Amino acid sequence: MSLPPFQRLVDDHATELHRFLVGCVGPDLAEDCLQDTLIAALRAYPRLRHGDNLRAWLYTIAHRKATDAVRLRARRPKTVQLNGIGPAAEPRTAPASLPDDGLWTAVRGLPAKQREAVVHRYVLDLDYRQIAERMGTSPEAARQNVSAGLRRLRTEVDQ
Amino acid sequence: MTDLERRLARPATPTLDPVRVTAELARRADAEGLLDVAWATLETPLGPIAVFVTPRGLVRVAYDRENFAEVADEVAELVSPRVLMAPRRTDPVRRQLDAYFAKGRRAFDLPIDWTLVRGFNRGVLRATAAIPYGEMASYGDVAAAAGSPRAARAAGNALAGNPIPIVVPCHRVIHADGGLGGYTGGLDTKRFLLKLEGARPS
Repeated sequence: MSLPPFQRLVDDHATELHRFLVGCVGPDLAEDCLQDTLIAALRAYPRLRHGDNLRAWLYTIAHRKATDAVRLRARRPKTVQLNGIGPAAEPRTAPASLPDDGLWTAVRGLPAKQREAVVHRYVLDLDYRQIAERMGTSPEAARQNVSAGLRRLRTEVDQ
Repeated sequence: MTDLERRLARPATPTLDPVRVTAELARRADAEGLLDVAWATLETPLGPIAVFVTPRGLVRVAYDRENFAEVADEVAELVSPRVLMAPRRTDPVRRQLDAYFAKGRRAFDLPIDWTLVRGFNRGVLRATAAIPYGEMASYGDVAAAAGSPRAARAAGNALAGNPIPIVVPCHRVIHADGGLGGYTGGLDTKRFLLKLEGARPS
């Protein structure tokens, strides 16, 4: 199969890729991450030798961009509040659109493979065979990553 | 399913505007030299028309009846798979086509990318591009101008495969006896364009 016009990849996959990225990096970074994913894919696209499994290829790139974004955010220095100097810092409340902010912060804190597997399983509602296909692992490894991720989330999130 | 699993299935996803995603991607691709083919459609009196533009020039014009998705496949295969909806890069083409249909423009001033046309066919289409607005030539005339006076039939095939109709005005080529010949966009379209230009085939 020859390569379809790149526009078709955008039309077919952008919405779901965005949902995946919201799960991995949060709503504020997801769209930038999506753009980074698409431009990286566009750059590499003509070098692909065939058009098989373009979806898995896109998710490999999205996963890489999400991992980069999470790492970058973790490294970003936290603002410190100096008592008595300047205005008081804004209270850190979750924006109204994120009722489950604690949960998603915990998801972002998972090891990359567990995070990706959990998001594929629950946000995109995929089965283990599909997750394995997208992550380039075995279904068994996908299942283990999902359950390890869930276990860890349970210890960190109040239920 | 546990409560945790249910909550994971409901992330707060902001809505994504697909048009904005493509526009931003096209902007970045253009800035980074990755926009190999810009694709846009425009409304004309002949229905929607798709145009494809490379950094070298206009490479493909398609009528609705050709099926734009299939034409995009063809462009991806023969020109480059980096095809994106990018109306801004096609602005000059769309403006000149609009003006042509409004009878405000008689000649196109656009760079052409001849990638999709080879050899003798390219000679025929270059000769065709030189036929003035409102005038007509025969298949034999354009064959002769391309260097093969006896190749009228081959010239007809070249014109039938013209990837850039309207701008490369293959509608101005008719039979020597005045018969209309054929046209990719259909004979009604050929008649419409000749009438628009004030040409009167017998």
